[in-house]
Amino acid sequence: MPADAAPLRDSVPASPEGRTVLDARDISRALTRISHEILERNKGADDLLLLGIPTRGVPLARRIAERIASAEGYDVPVGSLDVTMYRDDLRMRPARTLLPTEIPEDGLDGKVVVLVDDVLFSGRTIRAALDAMNDVGRPQSVRLAVLVDRGHRELPIRADFVGKNLPTSLGEKVRVRLAEFDDVDAVTIEGTP
Amino acid sequence: MKHHLLSAADLDRTEAELVLSTAEELRSLADRPIKKLPALRGRTVVNLFFEDSTRTRISFEAAAKRLSADVINFSAKGSSLSKGESLKDTALTLEAMGADAVVIRHWASGAPHLLANSGWVRSSVVNAGDGTHEHPTQALLDAFTLWRHLGSLDGRRVAIVGDVLHSRVARSNAILLRTLGAEVTLIAPPTLLPVGVGGWGVETSYDIDAVLPKADAVMMLRVQRERMSREGGGFFPSAREYSRRYGLDSRRMGLLQDHTVVMHPGPMIRGMEITADVADSDRSVIVEQVTNGVAVRMAVLYLLLSGNESGGAE
Repeated sequence: MPADAAPLRDSVPASPEGRTVLDARDISRALTRISHEILERNKGADDLLLLGIPTRGVPLARRIAERIASAEGYDVPVGSLDVTMYRDDLRMRPARTLLPTEIPEDGLDGKVVVLVDDVLFSGRTIRAALDAMNDVGRPQSVRLAVLVDRGHRELPIRADFVGKNLPTSLGEKVRVRLAEFDDVDAVTIEGTP
Repeated sequence: MKHHLLSAADLDRTEAELVLSTAEELRSLADRPIKKLPALRGRTVVNLFFEDSTRTRISFEAAAKRLSADVINFSAKGSSLSKGESLKDTALTLEAMGADAVVIRHWASGAPHLLANSGWVRSSVVNAGDGTHEHPTQALLDAFTLWRHLGSLDGRRVAIVGDVLHSRVARSNAILLRTLGAEVTLIAPPTLLPVGVGGWGVETSYDIDAVLPKADAVMMLRVQRERMSREGGGFFPSAREYSRRYGLDSRRMGLLQDHTVVMHPGPMIRGMEITADVADSDRSVIVEQVTNGVAVRMAVLYLLLSGNESGGAE
């Protein structure tokens, strides 16, 4: 399906990559809305810092920063925070590859940090991110922005800014693809409901 | 990665590159206010040192502590080891204490291999230098240092100069650097090249001045007097002659290409294999090797200890 063919949501056929729930334009609109919600909530871009969780949280954080820059004319610092070492399942799984952590030069102290991730699921990644942040600095406050919230939380964690609430069953797999890594912007669901 | 790290040959190219890229991420920890990660919280790492080594032990200790592991140092001097306890009984003691990893330095070549394969311990064994055999983490930190300075090691020429015969560092480096695609030339007097070096897959030379102009990195080795039976051990006529023919001085440094780095695994004997002005020059990355050593050992401990192979793939 060409990217510019606006599909009717109900008539999208099941492709080998699963059912598309957000296409490139949906993702773009969601990120624009999240960017404005962040600005509205923060009453401007002062002290804001966007911290993407690798891999796909990082380009999402950059895209939000671009939108904030075009809305407010202010460059919000963007960083990345790898949470691998803080995961609670390290002992149960083979060693994972570490991903880059890049903290903007001024650090996190006193900033309003917005964590950005692609999918919010069990909440365990976010718990790990909060722990990881603890070792890097002391933000004034921390907020969470996700492109997709698919439910099934295992910890008392919620997102402040959500691109799309996506009710799923545990048997399904939500896959976020972004042009930076996958040549295409799309959110798909695979598996049986 | 396998359960143990006994030899540089245990690592294929993918695994070696995984250690290097992991070390690269861990190196940035040194710039953070809190230089600690919780990855190995509740794990126990034993440093079992049958041979004196300050820098390697400190490096492993720092690496384990930065990953939040508990560290037990067990050195030969002033312990049951000096009272004649066998390696087996020491190993059983460590097993009873619940060590998750044993970092072993031993004067006998093959001791880590015995410890890992005897069934005495279930923990991961890391070879921190055994006799004149291998020192894989030193090779990894050297490769990491080169990688940071030169980028990919494919086709890079590394000259290793000095007492190759007694050097576990040279052997491990020759194996690992070849795995990573570099070309290694060993330079030493004929008496200090080991028998069978032809099978290592490296070049050898007796003439340092002919090799230096083409090298991308020069690694100087210490002359290991303690492993030679007499003064000089009959391996070369005199220290002065050795130094003149195989030492790195400022004249020889002038032969190097602009980007070539000078390395030394330490401890170095200034005035013997390397002159002070070379060791302190801009080309020298000797101090950086120490910093990189902690990051590389963190990477090794993390990759060996976190998770288990049966836990299912990502």
